[in-house]
This record gives sequence, C-alpha cells and structure tokens, in this order.
Amino acid sequence: MFTTLRSNNRLQLGVGLLIGIGFGFFLQKGGVTYYDVIIRQLLLEDFTVVKVMLSAMVTGMLGVHLLRSLGLVALHPKPGSVGRTIPGALIFGIGFGTLGYCPGTAVGAVGHGALDALFGGVLGMLAGAAVFAALYPKLTSFLGKGDFGALTLPQLFKVNPWVVVIPVALAMTGLLYLIERAGL
Amino acid sequence: MEYLMMDRWSPYAVGVGIGMLSWVAFLLSDKPLGCSTAFARSAGLLERLFRGGKVDEKPYYREFKPQIDWEWMLVAGILVGAFISALLSGQFAWNLVPDLWAAEVGAGAIPRLAVALFGGFCAGFGARWAGGCTSGHGISGTLQLAVSGWIAAAGFFVGGILSAMFIYHILT
Repeated sequence: MFTTLRSNNRLQLGVGLLIGIGFGFFLQKGGVTYYDVIIRQLLLEDFTVVKVMLSAMVTGMLGVHLLRSLGLVALHPKPGSVGRTIPGALIFGIGFGTLGYCPGTAVGAVGHGALDALFGGVLGMLAGAAVFAALYPKLTSFLGKGDFGALTLPQLFKVNPWVVVIPVALAMTGLLYLIERAGL
Repeated sequence: MEYLMMDRWSPYAVGVGIGMLSWVAFLLSDKPLGCSTAFARSAGLLERLFRGGKVDEKPYYREFKPQIDWEWMLVAGILVGAFISALLSGQFAWNLVPDLWAAEVGAGAIPRLAVALFGGFCAGFGARWAGGCTSGHGISGTLQLAVSGWIAAAGFFVGGILSAMFIYHILT
C-alpha cells in the first residue's frame, strides 16, 4: 500500500521535512531543547527528559509492533557490538553532559535562538563526525569486537515480540508512575 | 490555537506525540527517527567543498554517502518546527550562555563556547562510534527492542550523568 510512496525519493524528502517539523515542534514544546532542562535531568533534579523519552518509547513500541503484526511495517534495528556500542555511547554521553544537548535537541535549540547549541554544538558535532570518518579505517577491527549484529530482545530470548513488548510497556509505565509519585 | 501558543506542554503529551511520529515514519518512509547520520553526511558534504570528489572514496563516506536524504530533511525540519513552536509562544530569543551555566559556572561567553565545542565534538564523534544518538538509539532503538539501543541508551545516561555531575558538583 505504501510502497509507491516509500520508493519516491523526492517525495520522501518532503515527508522527512514534515515529520521533522513535528518532531522539532514537540521537542520545543516539551522543553527538552533547553540546556537547563537537559542538565537538570543529568543532575537527577528534574525528570522531564526521561518522561518524554519513556512515553515516546512506550507509545512508539506499542504502535510499531502492532503495525508490524499487521504486516504494514518492518523493523530496522541497528547492529551493535561490544567495541562499537559501549565506548561510543560513553563518549557520546560525555558530550551530552558537557554540551547539554544531543544532536536533535541541539538543532531544535538553534531554532529558538540558542547560540551555544549552534557554534559549540552543531559545529563540534560536524567536526566530531568528520574526525570519526577519517579514523574509521583504523577503528574498524576494534568496532567489530564482540559483534552481536542487529539483534532484538525478542530474538535474544527466542520469544514472540509481544512477550517482551507488554512487560516492557508495563514496567516503563510503572517507572513513570514512581517518578511522578516521588515528585521528580 | 491557544494550545499551540502555550510555553510548555506536558512531557507525556510530547512523548506520546513523538511516539506517534515514529509510527508515521515507519509507515510512510520505512524508517526509524534518527538524527546523527545526517551530521556525518553533512560533514562529508562540507569536506567535499574543500577536498572535492575524492571525499566520496573514504570508506566511511562509501557507507554513509554525503548527500541530502530523508534523515537530513528530518533534521532540517527539527530546526523549523522548534522555531515555529518558539515563535508561537513568544519564546524565541538569541542566547549564548544558558541560565544554569551563567548562575553556577559564570556568565562569560568564551568558557561556555569552549566547553560546548568540546561537548559537541564528543557527541558527534561518539554518536558515529556508537552508530546512533539519543533519537536513533535512545528512542528508535529502544522502541524496536534492539539490544544495541538499550545498551547505548544506558551508556548515554551514564556518560551524561557523570560529566554533568563533574561540572556542577566537583568543578563548581
């Protein structure tokens, strides 16, 4: 049903732009394009970022898995490895905590006039990506260490996806309830 | 219309909205939401301006072609969407040093820009190392129940909490 739309590359650029406008609108309305909000999350003083991420994750997970069960969409999990995912995520985290924005929210922050997100954030990220691209041939063997591929949790446990989806949705909703009750 | 002009929405409303956008992205574009690959492609596009077509020969850019694609337009859309949202609520304002930083670290522009540049570099470098960022791994990876997404999301927060605590609880 959607194959014609999905294979129309020019139309897809417009679809991407529209989805991005919605994404940026939501991020700003949620306050998560603000340095103060992100840093207060990382200092564990204000849980706005976690509330946004977990409710997006639960909503997305239920809908995408339902669409998949109906045969309308396919999943695209990213491959990972010990050498790739763990050090990369920690380096990213150091950037996240010192910059105070992540790539998407930095661009959103520029949209409301945050110049540190532009001259520090976006420029630094472009430089970081360029340096990674230059070093990539030397890092390849390390990145492949402990490779586990594009594995998903249901594949790992060898169960129907819903056996994981439902408990994860309940656990994350419960976690949000506890965060709310703790007044965070 | 009044709703669109509000300063803030409930984080749950925003999260549900972003989750629903991910349904739309899968359905209409067969893609998860993500941001950091667009930075790699843009870096390649900028390199090409200086070094010409041989940039495309680099192994990394053979995998991630320097070009404007769906995700690049998504990131451009984030800029537009956040701008519209801030304009509607009257929150658009040029600002160089965030309030929290100014209160705890100092109001000077240079230290803030230097640390932001360092942080941006690490975020760009680390996102490419991990193969995704807070969107691609943190939201899209976890919602697909990808093992890489859950590990990366945990690592993002461990690194982020440690470095934020270092600045605000140890340095200041």
